[in-house]
Amino acid sequence: MKKIYMDHVATNPLHPEVLDAMMPYFKDNYGNPLSLYEPGFKARAAIEHARESTASLINAKAKEIIFTASGAESNNFALKGIAYAMQGKGKHIIVSKIEHHSVLNSARFLEKQGFTVTYLPVDNHGLVDPAAVRKAITGETILISIIHASPEIGTIQPIAEISNIAKEKGILLHTDSVASAGNIHVDVQALNVDLMTFAAHQFYGPKGAAGLYVKEGTRIVPLIYGGIQEGGRRAGTENVPAIVGMGKAAEITKRDLQKRIDHVRPLRDKIISNTLKTDKVILTGHPEQRLPGHASFVVEYIEGEAMLLMLAAKGIYSASGSACSSKALKSSPVLISIGVPVHLAQGSVVFTLGEETSAEDITYFNETFPQIISRLREISPYSKGWEETEAPTCTAKK
Amino acid sequence: MYSEKVMDHFTNPRNVGEMTDADGIGAEGNPVCGDAMKIFIKVKDNIITDVKFQTFGCGAAIAVSSMVTEMAKGMTLEEASKITKASVAEALDGLPPQKMHCSNLGADALHKAIEDYKNKRGK
Repeated sequence: MKKIYMDHVATNPLHPEVLDAMMPYFKDNYGNPLSLYEPGFKARAAIEHARESTASLINAKAKEIIFTASGAESNNFALKGIAYAMQGKGKHIIVSKIEHHSVLNSARFLEKQGFTVTYLPVDNHGLVDPAAVRKAITGETILISIIHASPEIGTIQPIAEISNIAKEKGILLHTDSVASAGNIHVDVQALNVDLMTFAAHQFYGPKGAAGLYVKEGTRIVPLIYGGIQEGGRRAGTENVPAIVGMGKAAEITKRDLQKRIDHVRPLRDKIISNTLKTDKVILTGHPEQRLPGHASFVVEYIEGEAMLLMLAAKGIYSASGSACSSKALKSSPVLISIGVPVHLAQGSVVFTLGEETSAEDITYFNETFPQIISRLREISPYSKGWEETEAPTCTAKK
Repeated sequence: MYSEKVMDHFTNPRNVGEMTDADGIGAEGNPVCGDAMKIFIKVKDNIITDVKFQTFGCGAAIAVSSMVTEMAKGMTLEEASKITKASVAEALDGLPPQKMHCSNLGADALHKAIEDYKNKRGK
């Protein structure tokens, strides 16, 4: 059976050229970048080359890139590192309600440490209102952290507009660009941010390689203390093959990005227009201001995990924000934040495309998905509508 | 994550549909919880002669519904009343821990359908 990977926002396959670039650093060039002999020098040079390439992808300077092991680490680093560095100035942080868990849970941790956090609401398309950011700012505000693009609903935030407000007030701005960097043009100068999180596996690099852009002159307290790696800001022997892989992936992405965007966008549009032909299916997120390869829906009367399983049985791999598809059995906070009622959030499904997605794949998908919806609706007691339900709360024991 | 039996009952659920002339109907759960089931039974001489179900829910919920209907068909009302979440889960070769509540719903919906039948008959 054909296998169609439509979950690129979860992760991506490794680009073959990236693996080739990494291999020598597993096999021959195994030196510690801090060692003072040939293999160490080679590893050091490879890391610094990767730093240049990675910086170039987001229009930063090489010295503004700190390598980390994951987007989650970078987000933790940005929030905690700035909070501790800036607490003399104030203890207030602003985030949106649709941040990744690594931002939200870092913010909650900081609340326990005596910081205060404002969680900004979003509109029905998932957009943060810059005017609301301005209103939330107090004399104590030290950091604003707004996700660049939502992996769940694809919406791209007006970061540059928010940045204007932050700059005017002299407040640092961080953006979590894990879902956007490598998928759309991301330029730290144009966005005018002070910190930015990105992860290599979102642009065909390896897992375990990520980074935080920290604008030159920005003070940040490390999460990991130890040696002098990453300028003393992130200790630990560098994961040389992974960093080399991220550098290579950044070079390829810089070269191919426009081509990738031009490839996935029309395929994404075909998915959206075809899927919306089915009755009682809603597009989630912003209709235009969204990631080019991202299509997300809420399908009424059926449940997301069941859709994922049926799709997987047909060789299509995708994601959902339904409660049943999460181990915690909780509906996606992002869907709830954009005003999707809990019973509709159960019908969430997300498809994300990549450079290997073909037009034939989308034709097959467009034939298959409506059949799955109608099959599950045949099984559902609500196929004629929600009228019968009077379910304001859930009292079931889980 | 799911056993082969769960996947079989999920992809080819038995006894799906509405029964317009049911002798007993039992509903359990609601869509806010993530799962909702409706079980319809036909009873003759104390024996469940036909069962149908409708389910809104995940793979486990659909598989549990299918299995419960298959188990109950042909049973006496007393036998069917003894079906538990554990026996349904066992018949499906187990369920992941976070999905055990789904098997709860299946047995409960069936028991409610039996109760409904008894109440209707009592009148």
